[in-house]
This record gives sequence, C-alpha cells and structure tokens, in this order.
Amino acid sequence: MGEVMNKLTKSVLAAAALATALGGIASPAFAQRDPAYASARAAGQVGERMDGYLGIVVAETPALRRIVNDINIKRRAVYSERAKATNATIEEYALTAGCQAILATAVGEKYQAPDGSWQTRTSAAPLRDPRCP
Amino acid sequence: MNDPKLTGRVAAAMLATVALGGCITVNAPEEPIVIELNVNIRQEVIYRLAEDAGNTIEDNADIF
Repeated sequence: MGEVMNKLTKSVLAAAALATALGGIASPAFAQRDPAYASARAAGQVGERMDGYLGIVVAETPALRRIVNDINIKRRAVYSERAKATNATIEEYALTAGCQAILATAVGEKYQAPDGSWQTRTSAAPLRDPRCP
Repeated sequence: MNDPKLTGRVAAAMLATVALGGCITVNAPEEPIVIELNVNIRQEVIYRLAEDAGNTIEDNADIF
C-alpha cells in the first residue's frame, strides 16, 4: 500500500510539474483579459478605436475610464517597443494594430468605423480604413 | 516705340511672362499627385507592419 501510494504521489507530482512547466511556456499566448475588461467589452461599453486604442462607447464612468486607461497605457508600451523594432512611428504601428484589432473583434463587440461612429460587429466584414490590409 | 532695342525688350518681357505663366500652369497639377503619394506611402507602411502587429495582438491577448 505504501509503495503504491508512493508511486501515485510521484506520478501526481510529475504531472503537476509538467503542467506547471507547460503553463509557464504557454501563459503569454493564452493570457486572459482581466474579468472587468472582458465583461465591459462583451457588454459593448468599450470598443476598438481606429487608432489602435480602446475607447469608451457608452456614458463614461470612473470604472470604465480606469479599465480603458489601464489597457491603453499597456498597449502604448507594446506599440512603442514594436514600432522601434520595426522602424515605424508609434502612430503608424498603432494604426496598423487598430486595423487588425477591429478585424479580430467578435460578433456583438463594438468598433469604430472610419467616420468615427461606433458600430456593432456582425458576421460581415467590419467597416475599416481603406488603407487597412 | 520705333526703337528696335525697345521693341526687342518688350518682346522679351512678354516672352518671359508667357514662359512664367507656363511654369505656373505646369506646377498646379503636381499638387494632388504629391498628396496621393503620401497616402500610398502610409498604406505601404501599414502593409509592412501588418504581420508584426497581428503577432503582437496574439502575444498580448490580455490587453487586446
């Protein structure tokens, strides 16, 4: 019994170690949205702006402003780093990311059309800047 | 006005005016071409960055 338990414990520990190792590798690609951001996005309170940043779609509240500012500060840091790496300006890189982020919106989510209006994503292609790839 | 030198000068001045006028009309249509070029350059930049930006969004799924 003791030996069986020992083997079982070992295999459980090994599995746990493997899961931790895999999780450690996979975590950047599978990083989840903050629950508050995810629910605001799903509720259509925030949406993807043309310029690559998140915008508030409904009447502004301090909570929404906090979520949007937090995301946009992080996005700007990433844009800044990638723009430097690709010899582009932050604005150029952010606009390109905006093209892609709008394209990646799920049905029901909000995005900004080229005329500045907020649109709800349908299964059809989103209305994007004519320069978007 | 019968002075041939003066007539020559007047003719030269008129020619210069015509030539100058010609230059201005040539320059005018160049303007929209320059604007179009700027739009093309921007689109080229966006196309060049598209793949990298797509990867960036995937790698930072928590903030997109």
